[in-house]
Amino acid sequence: MPIETPAWSRRRLLQTSAALGAGLAIPHVFVRNAWSQDKVFCNNPTGGTVTLGFNVPQSGPYADEGADELRAFQLAVQHLNGEGDGGLVNTLKPSNLKGNGILGKKVAYVTGDTQTKSDAARASAKRMIESDKVLMISGGSSSGVAVAVQSLCQDMGVMFMAGLTHSNDTTGKDKRRYGFRHFFNAYMSGQALGPVLAEEYGTDRTAYHLTADYTWGWTQEESIKNATEALGWKTAQTVRTPLGAGDFSQYLTPVLNSGADVLILNHYGGDMVNSLRQAVTQFDMKSKQVNGKQFEIVVPLFSELMAQGAGDAVKGILGTANWDWKLDNEATKVLAKSFGEEYGSPPSQAAHTCYVQTLLYANAVETAGTFYPPEVIKALEGFEFDGMGNGPTLYRADDHQCFKDVLVVRGKENPTNQFDLMEIAKVVPRDQVTYDASIFGGELGPSDVKGCAA
Amino acid sequence: MGALAQTPFLSSSRKLLEGSLVGSMDAIILQILNGLDKGGAYALIALGLTLIFGTLGVVNFAHGALFMLGAFCSVTFARLLTISERVRDESVTFFEAYKEIPYLEVWYGDTGRAIVDWAVPLSILLAVPFMLLVGFAMERGLIRFFYKRSHAEQILVTFGLAIVLQEIVKYFFGANPIPLTAPPALAGSADVGALFGMPNVSYPMWRIVYFLFSLAVIAAVFAFLQLTTFGMVVRAGMADRETVGLLGINIGRKFTIVFGIAAVVAGLAGVMYTPILAPNYHLGMDFLVLSFVVVVVGGMGSLVGAVVAGFLLGILQSFASMTEVKDILPGIDQIIIYLVAVVVLLVRPRGLMGRKGVMES
Repeated sequence: MPIETPAWSRRRLLQTSAALGAGLAIPHVFVRNAWSQDKVFCNNPTGGTVTLGFNVPQSGPYADEGADELRAFQLAVQHLNGEGDGGLVNTLKPSNLKGNGILGKKVAYVTGDTQTKSDAARASAKRMIESDKVLMISGGSSSGVAVAVQSLCQDMGVMFMAGLTHSNDTTGKDKRRYGFRHFFNAYMSGQALGPVLAEEYGTDRTAYHLTADYTWGWTQEESIKNATEALGWKTAQTVRTPLGAGDFSQYLTPVLNSGADVLILNHYGGDMVNSLRQAVTQFDMKSKQVNGKQFEIVVPLFSELMAQGAGDAVKGILGTANWDWKLDNEATKVLAKSFGEEYGSPPSQAAHTCYVQTLLYANAVETAGTFYPPEVIKALEGFEFDGMGNGPTLYRADDHQCFKDVLVVRGKENPTNQFDLMEIAKVVPRDQVTYDASIFGGELGPSDVKGCAA
Repeated sequence: MGALAQTPFLSSSRKLLEGSLVGSMDAIILQILNGLDKGGAYALIALGLTLIFGTLGVVNFAHGALFMLGAFCSVTFARLLTISERVRDESVTFFEAYKEIPYLEVWYGDTGRAIVDWAVPLSILLAVPFMLLVGFAMERGLIRFFYKRSHAEQILVTFGLAIVLQEIVKYFFGANPIPLTAPPALAGSADVGALFGMPNVSYPMWRIVYFLFSLAVIAAVFAFLQLTTFGMVVRAGMADRETVGLLGINIGRKFTIVFGIAAVVAGLAGVMYTPILAPNYHLGMDFLVLSFVVVVVGGMGSLVGAVVAGFLLGILQSFASMTEVKDILPGIDQIIIYLVAVVVLLVRPRGLMGRKGVMES
């Protein structure tokens, strides 16, 4: 007699459902946001490494900044891969960084030379995207370059974490969904520096601007002019000088006889080193009296590296900076120590920016759980964090501009050592430099682009 | 009339006019001074170019590179003088930092420091023999093989040589400009205007030194060519090489020496220019194109023309940078030299002082 057994016992049904449920859940437990892995995007990494592209000026007037940026990138890659002392990987809050690469993939990098020229920078970035399959491009030490590369990255669907770029346009009229800027901008410099200038030099002053003739120079001239004129200053002349002019004597010659008693140098990098040295050491301007007042020179965007190049000429010169290695906070001390031990000098603000940008990109990928750029962008938009050296910092979603305290700095009269060339005159709180995102116009554009995967 | 002049309105507007006239006179004097130091560099390079062209008939596009090599003689000499001892910098506590103190300063104190301060003018001692050697090597090793070739081929080979020299310097010294300072006694500005009753006119001392130095070098070259037997033979050779050769004079050797002298002149121009403009590997190219325009405006083969055109174009470039001029013609400072070259070539195709028959065959 055959024994009849039911097709499904209660026990078997329970076992099967448990196994099925566990089987279905497994991919979601182990691979977060697994759905986005199916998305097609530019340079989706398939092997065990992820490649980043560092596009910095290795020649041209901003080459010093470029060299320091490259050092910072290399250090950031070490720290992301769990080598060295870990640097700011340990201080970022909130953080998803693990010190084992990005999403478990080892970080590799390639470098390019922007030559401080927009066309060369775009060509170099394109090569890195197409040949080296980079997922993110960072670097640059000129707003002309940043705007050009940022727009290319938007078209190609590759993240752009801008390095040193100070023009209002980068996150203003030329902003892009794929680009984020950690550096402050010319408008913030004007807002931070204005009150200090009024305090130090009074409100009855006449300024003469020498301006680097490209996007950054124009917006800085406009921002500083607006800020100083709001204080009651007059503007005698605004003169444009070609980028990399070298000898500025023909532009400096008329300054003292123009009726101006303040010279504002809207120059950066090698140009600033040349124009400031020539104004101070050759034309002796700082020792002159005009309109019964001491003649003054202001360099609205200042850096430690430029101070090194300009030597004694920087003493007493006021300007603004994004960050300084002498700031009194834990993260700054950690980075200064880590960078100093590796390279024998403290990091410049350009180096700090590039280091931070690399870590923030990695953290955003870890947060999103995917390299898929639209998700990474979402993780960065509106990201509020601390522990990167600038105090509480916000990446505003509306324009991808970073907001944090701005430093007013002064060339130190009596440096105690070779690196102690600038002193922090004032830390201007974030609220005082925050502005409405709509004032500079522009559109971020879409995040879902086919890019190079198309 | 007298009563009219007394009215407050007229007297104040006259003061204003006088004020602006004095102001613009000051500006004009300053721009002339500014043109003189730049013109000094143009004139020295153009003088060497013309010498080589006049004697050897070679269009030397590597002449700018010789100017750059001179500048790097200064850099090298300054580096030799500042070979330093590495000392731990105790004032940096974040990490192990080191500072460098030149041995000259360690051994000789203030005297050592003074020698380091005067590095730029002292580097002439290195530049003269080095540039002479470079000049001889260039002429014997490369240029002489191109005497009978076309100007286009000469331009190609010398331009190639310029790029090679540039890349060698870039390899050893990097791409960044290397700032050098003038000796402290010659730094700062001098109140030159006080001599002419213009208290507001002061000008950087080293730039005045550079102008005087370029005058001295130009005078020395002319004296050498005019007052020595060697110079007489060279001038005769420039006029008619064949006849001089027929007289039994080895004009070829003399011309090699002339090439060496032209290299020294360009080199000295570069040495002394370093405190004015921090040199980088590209310095030569920046000056080369302008210097060729100077030669063309002055007249191919005319030494006096090269010098006159050098100073003239330097001054014109300075005036074109004045705000008053740029307001009327924006960007004129970038193109003025080429504009003048076009006009001169249209009006006087042989240049200001060009001779008939030069580069016209």
